[in-house]
Order: sequence, then structure tokens, then C-alpha cells
Amino acid sequence: MQRDTLVSFEGVVKRFGSFVAVQKMDFEIRKGEFLAIMGSSGCGKTTTLRMLAGLEAPSEGVIRLSGKPINDLPTWSRDTPMVWQSLALFPFLNVRENVEFALKMRGIGKVERRRRAEQWLDRMQITEFADRNIAQLSGGQRQRVALARSLVVEPEILLLDEPLSALDAALKVRMQSVLKTLQRETGITFVYVTHSQSEAFSMADRVVIMSRGVIEQIGTPQEIYRAPRTRFVADFLGSSNLFSGRVRPGAAGGVELETPAGALKLGGDGVMPADGTTATVTVLDTKTHLSVTPPARSVNVVPVRVVGEEFVGATATVYLETPQGQEIRVQKGHDELADLPLGIGQDLFAWWEPKDGHLVAEA
Amino acid sequence: MSGSGAESINRSRGVDWALKGYILLAYLFVFAPIAASFVFSFNSDRFPSIPLGSFSLEWYEAVAADPLVWQGLRNTLVVGVVVGVISTLLGFGAAYTDYRYKFAGKQVYLALALLPPTIPVIILGLAMLAYLSRINLSGNALSVIIAHVVVCAPFAMAIIRLRLSQMDPALEPAAWNLGASEWKTMRHVIVPFTKPAILGALFITMAVSFDEFAVAWFVSGLNETLPVKVLGFLQGQVSPRINAIGTFVFVLSMTLVILAQLLLSGKGANDRAPADDKE
Repeated sequence: MQRDTLVSFEGVVKRFGSFVAVQKMDFEIRKGEFLAIMGSSGCGKTTTLRMLAGLEAPSEGVIRLSGKPINDLPTWSRDTPMVWQSLALFPFLNVRENVEFALKMRGIGKVERRRRAEQWLDRMQITEFADRNIAQLSGGQRQRVALARSLVVEPEILLLDEPLSALDAALKVRMQSVLKTLQRETGITFVYVTHSQSEAFSMADRVVIMSRGVIEQIGTPQEIYRAPRTRFVADFLGSSNLFSGRVRPGAAGGVELETPAGALKLGGDGVMPADGTTATVTVLDTKTHLSVTPPARSVNVVPVRVVGEEFVGATATVYLETPQGQEIRVQKGHDELADLPLGIGQDLFAWWEPKDGHLVAEA
Repeated sequence: MSGSGAESINRSRGVDWALKGYILLAYLFVFAPIAASFVFSFNSDRFPSIPLGSFSLEWYEAVAADPLVWQGLRNTLVVGVVVGVISTLLGFGAAYTDYRYKFAGKQVYLALALLPPTIPVIILGLAMLAYLSRINLSGNALSVIIAHVVVCAPFAMAIIRLRLSQMDPALEPAAWNLGASEWKTMRHVIVPFTKPAILGALFITMAVSFDEFAVAWFVSGLNETLPVKVLGFLQGQVSPRINAIGTFVFVLSMTLVILAQLLLSGKGANDRAPADDKE
């Protein structure tokens, strides 16, 4: 175990009856990092968080916090406060009493309790609402109360279960920066569960992507975005074009992938797969280019037809289709697209540099 | 466009007035006998007849002077308060069990717990008498308490269960997660959240016990409660004293029911607000 490891999952399995929610999980959470666990609903991300909080017991394996196994420690004896999706603020207590709750349960005296709660009310900028009822607060204010209520015990780790999902888009972005700043200033390890890629990628130092109880990839947002490790991750992120085919020696040296869309030259990073095996290559939609005439170079050019175009603020996404019916997306700034005829049915050529293609593991 | 706007445009005035009249008639039908009893309790005449005699408190004075009435009232109040407390405790336990745990046969558990009020009171009274006399508990205040708890506890359970169903399921685990043991969570989260319903259940079960006659008639023996005493009066003679007692009991019960209603509706609406914008 590394010195900066705070939490480690060692062969953790969680079953509910015959359903396996989490399969043989091994990973570590580093001290002071902002870790996001991302996946679609039912992928086991919330179960993982609840096991860490002590709200579910692992069926197999060991979870360690600061090196000590915590499997048998009830949640009220752990310092693993959680911010809930519904926030779960106590409606019969006012803001101050909510924040003081954890201290009161730990038997801390009234004066000390008041002092420490005051600090966090101030830090979260909700001092002026201290004596209000929860029902009188806005969504953003409640969010801050929930954070203060969990952080008042000054834990080593804070668990967050999709806490921003109820907020509107603008407030969500504001709270993301509040969370990120808070995490950096306090140095508390944040474990943030979400289904939203934008939330995970904008805040987290490292991201864990899960699918059907299995970790698909762990890495920094840049690593995952640039080189998704599995086909699932590439599909889930939805920002790459995927091509699958059989590996064979290239005509001009190197390795080629024989796909329905034609022969594609592999390049870039990683170990080349053996001849005759199947492989999948991903190319980011921002690294896929379009032109009206076939480019001078002959590698990695695919004839495509325009299917549609979608305005996405600063950029636009062009949807295209290969003659075999495979969807290809290209994302570009408006000025880059300005010169291209993009009427539906227009024939174009899509191409990319071999170095921008990344091999993914076949799942 | 908006629902209320369309309604006010499309609503016919005639139908509107007819519906209001219908509500008035329905209330009149329900409350006329009680109102009559109320009016005649202050009437000086011996027999209820129109025109009324003069205003008089003589029947209240007569009732107040009767030691048997005082004894009955004392029995009723003692039984009512004890029954209210025990029923509410039992009801809370049953409702929390239903809220917290999943187990085989839960449907049967619920059905059995809610069953007693559906049994005809004559049958229940007879069964209680047979059972309690077998174990030498019939004919005193304790036997009325036991019998009334059986009748009242399901009401308490239903009321408290409704309140628990409005609780965010994350509230209890959130308290555990913040360092509260299960007992502390019970004391600092579950009970405070359920408090309006607990008080509501207390008042409703007291009111049910005050008014309950049939079962009490079977098991009370010499320790008659007020409703049983009233029947005794009726069998002896028709007296406006009964109107006086009836009015008193009615006002007492209604006070309890209204208190419960205020607690259950006012407070509940307030607490639901935070969860609403979750969707």
C-alpha cells in the first residue's frame, strides 16, 4: 500500500440476493484527492459509496480506512459523513441545529458546538440563515447547509452522492466551483458519485468509471478523455468515433485495421495488437476532420454522408453516416465548419491522423 | 390554460350554488341531533318541546350534583388518558416496525394489526368479557383499559404510519451517518419528525375511548364510564340531564379531534416542502 492511500478496496464484492451489485473491486483512494465515481444508474457506484459510509456491508473483501479494516464498524462509529442526493436535512431543526447535529451526537458541549457550527455557517456563507427553517431555504442554500452539516466534524473524507442533481444548470455550475474550492482549501478527500460526465470531469482529480459492478477505467479526466481504455468507456463518454476490425500488416508498413469502412492505419501510443486479432480504435470527434474532396493523403479516409447538424454553443456537432450505416460525429468550431457544405445528404470525406487513433481493450 | 382559470370560466353558477346547498344540507343532517341536544340542555322544560322554555343551567347543576356522574367522568378520564398513552406507544411501535423492516408475512402483520376496529363491537365486547372474566380481570377500570387499547391502538398505528411514510427515507440513515446510534436517532430524529402524529394519535385515541360505549358496557362492571352511565339514566328515566352530559362529552371529544386535526395537517404540510423540489 502506498503512503498516501486513505481508503483501499480489496477484493470487495457486494451481492443483494442473487444480484451482484459490485464485482471484485480493487482500488485505492488517495489522501486529499477529489475522486469522482461515474457510471449510469445501476452500475454500482452508489453501492460502493454506501459501503464506504458503512450503510451497506461488503459480501466479500476488505475496505480499509487509513490502513484499518472498517468492515465491521457501524456507520455511526466511522468518520465518513455523506451528502445525500435528497440532502436529507432534518426538517424539524433549523439551519444551526442541523449543522450542530453531528457534534451533539458526539457529546460535544453546547458552547463548543455553537462555536464550531458558527465557523462552518460562516465558511459556507449561510450565517444569516442560521435561525431559519429548512423549508424557507432555496436549493443552493440547502446545498450549503448539507455541506456544513457533514463537514462540521472535520472528517478526513467526505462522501457525496449526486448532491447537485436537483439544481438547475446555472446553480449546478456555481456549486461545482464551490465544491472544488472547498476541497482544495480543506484538503479533505472528496468521493463524489455522479452519472454526469461534466460534473465528474470538471471537478475531479481522478475519475473511476463503472459499469455493471465493474471498474472500467480509473484515471485523470484528461487520460480518460484522450484514451478511453475500453469500448464501454468510449461509448459512455460519447465523444469518440469507434471503428472495429481485424488486425493485419499494413501495405506501407505498420499495422492496419480492416474495418467495414475500409483499411485504417494504426499509429500513436500503445502496444500494437497481434495480426489476425480483432481490435477497436477510437478517434475523438474533435480530432476527426471533414473535407469536400479526398485529402491528398490516402490513409484513414472514410466517405461519409451528412445526416444532420446540431448547434452546441461554441461548437457544432455534425452527424454523418458511412456507406455501411455507421454513425460518425465531428465536432468543430463554427468558423471551421463555415466553408463546408453541410446540407443533409451531402457527400463528404472524414479523415484523421493515425496518431489520434487509440486502441481500446475489447470487452 | 391554467386549471383554476378554466374551472372558473366553465363553472355554472347554478351548479355552484346547488353544490353549496348540498354541503349545507349534509352538515345539517349530521349535526342537527347534536345541536338539538345542545339547545335542550339549556332549556328549563322537563320534556324537549317547542316552543322552548327559558334559558336555564338547572340540568347542568343537577348533573354536577350527582356523585355517580362524577364517578363516571373520573373513570372515563382516567381510562381515556391511560388508553391514549398505551395505544399511542403500541401504535408507534407497530408503525415504526412497518416503516423500518422488511420481513416475510408483513402483509399479514399489517392486516392483523389493523383488524380490531373492523370487528363488530358486540362481538368484541362479548369476547373481551369472556376472556377477561376467565383471567379474573373483568368488572374494573383495568379491564376497560385493556379492552379499549385493543380498539384504539390500530388508530394510533394508522396515524403514525401515515406520518412515517412522508419521511425522506434517507433521513434515518443520514442521522446514523452523522454519528447517531440507532437509539439516539430514534430520540433525535424519528420521534421529533413524528411528533405531530404522535400527539394527534394521543388525542384521537383518547376521544375514541371517551365515546366508546359497547365494549365498556360489557366489561366495566361497577366501574362504569360516562357513556355507560348515560345509558343507565336513559333506562331509568328520560331527563334533560342526558343532554347536558351529551353536550359536555361532545365538546370534550371535538376539542381533542380538532387539536389532532390541527397538529396533523398544519405541521405536516410545512415539513413536506423541502422534499418537493427534489423531483
